[in-house]
Amino acid sequence: MKKIFQRPESLQNVVTHYCAGCGHGIIHRLVAEVIDELKVREKVIGIAPVGCAVLAYDYWNFDVTEAAHGRCPAVATGMKRVHPENIIFTYQGDGDLAAIGTAEIVHAANRSENITVIFVNNGVYGMTGGQMAPTTLIGQKTSTSALGRDVVRDGYPLKISEMLSVLDGVKYIERRAVYSPTEVIKAKKAIRKAFENQINGVGFSMVEILAMCPTYTKRSLKASIDWIKEYASKYFPLGVIKG
Amino acid sequence: MNRKLQLMTGNEAIGEAAVCAGCKLYAGYPITPQNELTAYMSKRMTEEGRAFIQSESELAAISMVFGASVTGERSMTSSSSPGISLKQEGISYLAGCRLPSVIINIMRGGPGLGNIAPSQADYFQATRGGGHGDYRVIVLGPASVQEAFDLTVDSFNLADKYRMPAMVLADGLLGQMMEPVSVTRYPLPKAKKSWALTGAKNRKPNVIKSLFLRPGALEEYNIELQKTYDEIKKKEVRFEALYCDDAEIIIVAYGTTSRIARAAVKNLRKKKKRVGLLRPITLWPFPEEAIAKYAKKTKGFLVAEQSMGQMVEDVKLAVAGSAKVRLYGRPGGGIPTDEEIEKEVLRLKI
Ligand SMILES: Cc1ncc(C[n+]2csc(CCOP(=O)(O)OP(=O)(O)O)c2C)c(N)n1
Repeated sequence: MKKIFQRPESLQNVVTHYCAGCGHGIIHRLVAEVIDELKVREKVIGIAPVGCAVLAYDYWNFDVTEAAHGRCPAVATGMKRVHPENIIFTYQGDGDLAAIGTAEIVHAANRSENITVIFVNNGVYGMTGGQMAPTTLIGQKTSTSALGRDVVRDGYPLKISEMLSVLDGVKYIERRAVYSPTEVIKAKKAIRKAFENQINGVGFSMVEILAMCPTYTKRSLKASIDWIKEYASKYFPLGVIKG
Repeated sequence: MNRKLQLMTGNEAIGEAAVCAGCKLYAGYPITPQNELTAYMSKRMTEEGRAFIQSESELAAISMVFGASVTGERSMTSSSSPGISLKQEGISYLAGCRLPSVIINIMRGGPGLGNIAPSQADYFQATRGGGHGDYRVIVLGPASVQEAFDLTVDSFNLADKYRMPAMVLADGLLGQMMEPVSVTRYPLPKAKKSWALTGAKNRKPNVIKSLFLRPGALEEYNIELQKTYDEIKKKEVRFEALYCDDAEIIIVAYGTTSRIARAAVKNLRKKKKRVGLLRPITLWPFPEEAIAKYAKKTKGFLVAEQSMGQMVEDVKLAVAGSAKVRLYGRPGGGIPTDEEIEKEVLRLKI
């Protein structure tokens, strides 16, 4: 009998701490599948962020370290500069990448570090209990925008991928989602391209993924999916942004 | 060994020492009075085919050092006081992840933006860990350009030996003055770092982290770290004692201040005053046993430092009340003269 589906070698056979309906589990798996398919598991070093995905090193089956909140791109820079033969990727949330780590992502992108960035935009700070993120939509309620995001007080949701795309150093940015099988397949293709670029020495490549966070957006999974389809992907349109 | 004598600034000597010690990555952000070091590294690291990065901030620089270190390579960053405050985030992570790395602090006056004059006001942030959490950093305090070179090489070795960050703590004067230096290339350590992240080929994945959520796990980890710190306290204390054995008064001073204190001691000896100098070379671990030993024989200590009194606290802890301890501190970029120190010694009425 031919085996046509199995757990990727790059994923450990363990139960994760992620909440029901959370997008991180799917995205971890997509990263693992791509790493297996590109046969780079023995060369990969992942950098887990401060955020819900901090425990990613307990789930992936390859070398992983952590970085201080927002500093993954700087850590990745240090690794790649001394070991260009390794495949280095960061995995970052929207608070990590688009708030506290804005300087690090902008400058790693601008230097066109030959790394891969997986950017998980779930619209909130998950790990700390659902505070407003730079990507929280206008009017969206979170624990620190109790009456909804108010642009006068809180500013606008940050389109960091579009911002980065104007930099000459940025070679590829695509925004995808994981709310349906079709979208999952598209997200995987984008992740694959972002890793292939690194293997081919192309330069800075990033995939932003709109992800569900039912627990901290206080919605059912169905409502979380609808929210991404109807609202989040209007403000943050899916597709290739650069490259 | 290949030796040559060169005229160099302290900043350059530190840079060359890092090159000689096999440093594979340097990351830094401009700040006076250590700019010559970053400039020197941009040339030398590039010549050697190694990584040089002018980072976007000190937060990024120390994280780049973290990245190189986590792959098992020697790495270094440098800055001056305000920049070191920013690096404390990364230093805490390096300590928490047990990653060797070298941090150079060419101190200037503070608090805040302060000034760009030489200072020793970062003794606290260097020797107390500096960032969040229960940890220590090995801190070496050179007093000459040659020693800046030697201690930088040593700091790489100590950092590797104990798997932790090490800091060279000097002030702007030492960074910018020129002295002849014997540049020595030591054979580089060959030992593989089995913990390093190099790709999980023919082995289980390596994980480097500082997060320990299981109840009790972090407490155990902290106790493990402490064991290393205790071992360092036992084995790595370094100091210089000049005329201390018969001294009635011992001046305790490090770095630039110790050079001035040395002149004061020599003048006082000519005047038949029984004065000695104890110069800590390791600021952490602090030579507390030596000071405690002298405290039993001597009548008093004068602690001279370019701050309002930071190292004096360690001296007082070591002396534990068994002799007088007086501070002569010049903060905010003030540099004491040997006459001032002599006068202060004589004011220590014993
Ligand atoms: C310097 C610092 N500031 C704040 C925190 C607390 N903190 C931990 S996770 C987190 C937010 C992470 O949110 P995000 O990046 O959106 O990832 P998610 O948890 O949603 O996946 C914050 C603020 C921290 N650990 N360190």
